[in-house]
Amino acid sequence: MLRSILNRLIGMIAVMALVVTIVFVIVRVTPGDPAAVMLGPDATAADVAALRTRLGLDQSMPVQFGRYVVDLLQGDLGQSIFLNEPVTTALAQRAEPTFFLTLFSLLIATVIALPVGILSAYRRGSVFDQAATTLAMFAASVPSFWLGLLFIQFFAVKLGWFDTSGYGGPGASFLDRLNHLVLPALALGLVSSALITRFTRASMLDVLNDDYVRTARSKGMSEWRVVLKHAFKNALIPILTVIGLTAALLISGAVVTETVFGLPGVGSLVVSAVLRRDYPVIQGALLVIAGLYVLVNFAIDMLYLAIDPRVRY
Amino acid sequence: MAAIAVPLHNEPNLLSRLMSRPTSAAGLVVLVLIAVAALAAPWIAPYAPTKLSVANRLHPPALDHLFGTDDLGRDVFSRMLFAARTSLSVALAVVVFSSIVGIVLGLMAGFFKKLDTPVSRLVDAMMAFPDILLAIALVAALGPTAVNVVVALGIVYAPRLARVVRASTLVIRELPYVEAARALGVPTPVILMRHVLRNVASPILVQGTFIFANAILAEAGLSFLGVGISPDIPTWGTMIAVGRQYMDQAGWIMMFPGAAIVVTVLALQLVGDGLRDLLDPRLAKDI
Repeated sequence: MLRSILNRLIGMIAVMALVVTIVFVIVRVTPGDPAAVMLGPDATAADVAALRTRLGLDQSMPVQFGRYVVDLLQGDLGQSIFLNEPVTTALAQRAEPTFFLTLFSLLIATVIALPVGILSAYRRGSVFDQAATTLAMFAASVPSFWLGLLFIQFFAVKLGWFDTSGYGGPGASFLDRLNHLVLPALALGLVSSALITRFTRASMLDVLNDDYVRTARSKGMSEWRVVLKHAFKNALIPILTVIGLTAALLISGAVVTETVFGLPGVGSLVVSAVLRRDYPVIQGALLVIAGLYVLVNFAIDMLYLAIDPRVRY
Repeated sequence: MAAIAVPLHNEPNLLSRLMSRPTSAAGLVVLVLIAVAALAAPWIAPYAPTKLSVANRLHPPALDHLFGTDDLGRDVFSRMLFAARTSLSVALAVVVFSSIVGIVLGLMAGFFKKLDTPVSRLVDAMMAFPDILLAIALVAALGPTAVNVVVALGIVYAPRLARVVRASTLVIRELPYVEAARALGVPTPVILMRHVLRNVASPILVQGTFIFANAILAEAGLSFLGVGISPDIPTWGTMIAVGRQYMDQAGWIMMFPGAAIVVTVLALQLVGDGLRDLLDPRLAKDI
């Protein structure tokens, strides 16, 4: 067990090191001088030179990378050029809407997908199964931002049930914030439920004909006990993997959905940073989100160890 | 999951087998229709996509403008046909680019034991980035042109293909005919091209279909955000972005391009599912 944890930990550190390197490289592949690109065509040569010095772009590549890694280890993601504040502050201030949007979307997706996937596999070939499979495929084909726009038009503009955009004022209550999150979370959650439904169905189909399920039935257990306790528990590992993957996809979807719903989250921050060529913010957001993804994957691997003692890394 | 590939050259009736499945056949027919409409856009579009008609702005769908007009009086149907050309060709180019990069990485990792760990770690690291976010960052760094969108999305999707190719190569590497080729002194590049690549073609084809679908969604997302292809070029994503501003008065501007994305992606998924069931029967009952 300890060996498996250590192996995964070493793997995670190696992947993180590569993630850091990739993020460092991305900004440096900018054609021409990144400082000139960031400041735009109206900047003077002196301004460009000052920014180059401030960002350390006048140093050699290995020195830049060394400084970048040392800063990172101290929790310093650099300074936003346009917001004039540390990137960590900018990200922290906008983390809440993104966190809740991702969390609620994942909850919606899971709450829909697990029962539908389980029932679909249990009644394989039935009308319910065919309808669920078709709907899941349809949901996976819908762009979440387009669905969000349709939701705004119908639920917010026509019916007036929810606010059309924003996250409430500075002193808004949690309920008010929740009201702003319902539609974006529904749009993202519905689209994401497709993948979890399909994997849940597939995993359940794999285990429903196994010997231990037949044994459980022959012992006279109720069908629900057989399906939920014996089959579902054993189908859980691939389902957990796909839920973890969906969390990462949701962060990606959140980038676009936040823009549609005017949520002041990390996604909107990244989009505005791209439009203003604020590279330190783009770099910082990429690093934090990819880092979170690596950590989520590590946590899922640890869950495997806890759920299935046969798992070894 | 490692897939033991069924050689394509043993599947002369792949198309007819695909057509014998109602869902895959429906997907394929829809795809062909969309592709033909996109290719024939200059001839079948009733108006030029950039033709302005201020007198006709925000005209609802009618016989003279099937899908209505946009804020500048441009015909939405004609623009959609031309947008299909851009959206489909960008997505196809993404499939080609990501396939080339993914195949090279996958073959390297799967065939050469020493390269497996470094290449696999690189692939793991690339897959740690959410696709749209990485694409946005790459387009921001490279510049917002169609070619750079292709490169960015190609880099984003290449690791998925690399994983599939690696998994299949690991299995094929140990098969007797590869060992026999090695023993006969066949050069490694020839073994890779003639014996390995041919036999991983099936999973590449299946994965390529799904990448095509994802690339259409991702490109639309980038264009919608204004960080992809120039807004002057009609794509389904840019059309939705324009339509968003007139949702209350002219919902059709964003409704039809969105529906076009849904139909195309759905058709690709149906074809992809059919191909997977036919070429990788072990997954047939599954997802």
